Parts: sequence; C-alpha cells; structure tokens
Amino acid sequence: MLCKRIIPCLDVDAGRVVKGVRFIDIRDAGDPVEVARRYNQEGADEITFLDITASSDDRDTIVHVVEQVAGEVFIPLTVGGGIRSVDDVRRLLNAGADKVAINTAAVFNPEFVRQASEKFGSQCIVVAIDAKQVSARGEPLKWEIFTHGGRKPTGLDAVEWARRMADYGAGEILLTSMDRDGTKIGFDLALTRAVCDAVDIPVIASGGVGNLQHLVDGVVEGTADAVLAASIFHFAEYSIGEAKRYMAERGVEVRLA
Amino acid sequence: MSKVIAVIDYGMGNLRSVSKAVEHVAASGDRVRVTDDPALILSADRVVFPGQGAARDCMAAISDHHLNRAVLEAARTKPFLGICMGLQVLMGFSEENGGTGLLGLLEGDVRRFPSGMEHAGQRLKIPQMGWNQVHQTVEHPLWAGIPQDSRFYFVHSYYVAPKQLELASGTTDYGISFTSAIARDNLFATQFHPEKSADAGLKLLENFVRWDV
Repeated sequence: MLCKRIIPCLDVDAGRVVKGVRFIDIRDAGDPVEVARRYNQEGADEITFLDITASSDDRDTIVHVVEQVAGEVFIPLTVGGGIRSVDDVRRLLNAGADKVAINTAAVFNPEFVRQASEKFGSQCIVVAIDAKQVSARGEPLKWEIFTHGGRKPTGLDAVEWARRMADYGAGEILLTSMDRDGTKIGFDLALTRAVCDAVDIPVIASGGVGNLQHLVDGVVEGTADAVLAASIFHFAEYSIGEAKRYMAERGVEVRLA
Repeated sequence: MSKVIAVIDYGMGNLRSVSKAVEHVAASGDRVRVTDDPALILSADRVVFPGQGAARDCMAAISDHHLNRAVLEAARTKPFLGICMGLQVLMGFSEENGGTGLLGLLEGDVRRFPSGMEHAGQRLKIPQMGWNQVHQTVEHPLWAGIPQDSRFYFVHSYYVAPKQLELASGTTDYGISFTSAIARDNLFATQFHPEKSADAGLKLLENFVRWDV
C-alpha cells in the first residue's frame, strides 16, 4: 500500500539553506545540494525548497539550486516561495522541480492556480496555506489564512480555502500552522484533521514538529498524507531513517530505505 | 559504440528529470537526446516515452507533433520504456475527459480509481501520490537487482487494465490491485516514475539502458 511520506524542508535564501524560527530568527545551515544529497541518502521521500530570498536580484538563484539538485537527487522536488506567474512555474519545472507550491499569489489571484494546473497538470501544483487559529477559547475552532510569512490576515477561512483550491485544480495542500511553526510542540492536529476531512487531495502537515512522536501524531490523529519538518532533521537531532523506524514501530507504513 | 537514447518530447510534462536520470545511469559515450523528431526516434537505439497530464491533451500533443507512427513503430521494434502517461496512451481507450481514444498498441482500458476507497480506516486520496509497492509478477531483465515489492513513486488518478492479464509485469495495491507495469517483447512500461524513485528507480533505468532485446 501507499505509505506516508516524510518531507524535509529547506529554507533557501540567496542560494543558502537557512531555517526560520517563527519566520523571524534565522540560522545558516549549509549548501542546498549537500543537504539534499544527505536527505536522499537517509531516505527522504521528497524534498521541499522554500525560497525566502527577499532581494529580487537574487530571485534566479533558486532556479540554479534546483538545476544542481535535480541532476543528482532523484526523488520529487518541490519549490515554493514567491511564485507569481505561469512563467515562474515553467522556469522551475524546466529546471527540474517536480512541483511548485503557490502561496500568496493564490490568495490574491485564485485563477492563477486554475491556469497553472490546467497548463502543467494538477500533479505539479501544490497550494501552500499558512493558517492561524482565530477562534477564541470556547468558540468553535476556526483558522484564517495569513500571507507574507504570516504577517497579513486575509479574512479567508482556512478549511474553506483548502476546499476551494482543490476545486481550482490544486494537486496537493501544504498546510502550515503559523501558531505552531518553530515552536516544537507538535502539529496543530485539529487544523490538520479539519483540512484532511475537507478535501480529497493529499495534505502535507507542517509547522511545530519537535520530536518523532509528533510525526506519528500528524499522520495518525491528523490523518495527513505526508509530514514536513525542517529543524529536527536540519540540525541532525534526528535522521530521516530514525524518524521512519520510529513511525514504522508504531504501525505507520513508511518507505524504509 | 556509443548508443543513442531518445527521450520523446511532445510538450507533455517535465522531461528534464527523465533525461537527467537516464543520463545519470547511461554508459559513458551514450547520448541522451530529448526530441520530437520522428526520424531521430526511429533511428535511436532505445526510446523512453514519458508523459504527464490529461489523456486528451497527450493524444492531441502526440498528433500535433506527428509522432503517432514513430511511437508505435519504436514500441514494436526497439527497447522502449513508457512512463506514466507513456504507458497509458499505449492502451485502446481511456475513461478520462469523457472518453478518449488512445494509440491502441495494447488491448485494454485506462480507468479512474473508484471514489470512496478506504484503507486502514483512512480515506484514499485521488490522485494516488507517493511511494507504493510494486509486486513483480514476472522475471524480467528490467527487474534485475530490484528487491521484490520495492517502493516506487506514483502520481496518478487513472490506471491501466490490460485485456490480457499476462501483459502485467508488476501490480500494486491502492484500494484495488492494479497493473503498475507491463512487459511485452521489447516493450516495458510503468505507471510509476522511475526517474523519481531513488535507488530502485535508477536501477530500473540502468537495467533499461543495458537491455538487449
């Protein structure tokens, strides 16, 4: 049977791997090709690059990073961050990306998701959703979409938005809890479960992983199809292989390399 | 003697990962050519036929690039590897896009996964996206050195149902058991993406570029 996927995420700034903690504090941690190669050897099921380059002068750097990685690492590669046009999508796919994750541009122009999925196929269009809980204690749970690295509220309900993006042709949802990102206290399981129940396409849970049990919780309680984590792998607290063995011992089907 | 490996480019999907992976395993001196030129496809020593996207778009693109004859001829005469839509379009008919006629090299249909499938209490998503096991149902040079039931990377909503079950060289379970690889004479084709399947996939591609039919 199909197994659950473990996806290490590399934040890339001007061609270098960094990891944001709550999207603000950043620590440098290496060369993307080297890191990708190591994750592949450890048995990563996919690799996601999040391009957080701010300067437009350096926007082409991620294309070169993808080219280099794609020539050496033969597992699916996803690239997100600053993708605004069909042309951006084409350049990244031509460079060797298998999927692109569209975030802010989808919020401002949902038709872009439809155009991109019609042009390149749903299988390569991931919609990234950054959600924050906005319901007060005692109220029914509710999450809202935020853009610009979690700084700008949009008024859009996260679960409704996921459903709409699936209708527009998204092939997958990358769901990040802004409340949990960088906290290491685990995924927002209620959010993950709510989005998984709402859509028929695969959902990747992201934001908050601090230990291996969190990964198990994400797929068992959250029912996510894949789990994405950065820092626990990035600073070699755990290897991907350790994570998979841990999950397998707890009855989660994984690919053991 | 250096050999030419043609990767057929008809504008459907990202061929860079396919050509990069084939280059990675090809013998030194072998030339990998990404091409839509029927003459080059017909003169190549072996042919890789990838593809992504919807059935109707793929068939239209094959036709627009005047590739119908070259693809069918290559698939009958030389080591030929179909990948994903490059497997599906070899069949007779697809349910996709309200019904689409295909190249018809192989008898059988392409069907959509039924909705509402479940496994271990969780709903199965469509498309199937991720790593699933391939059970090798025949011995074949392309399976050489690949452990039984190895996992390969899949992304698809439709699967092939060949009329002759003995065409299957591999099967996979996703709510139902379906044919995930076929083999006939010089032809091998996979629903999964060997170019994205890490070591198991690279081994299959390496076996292909060394396959003497």
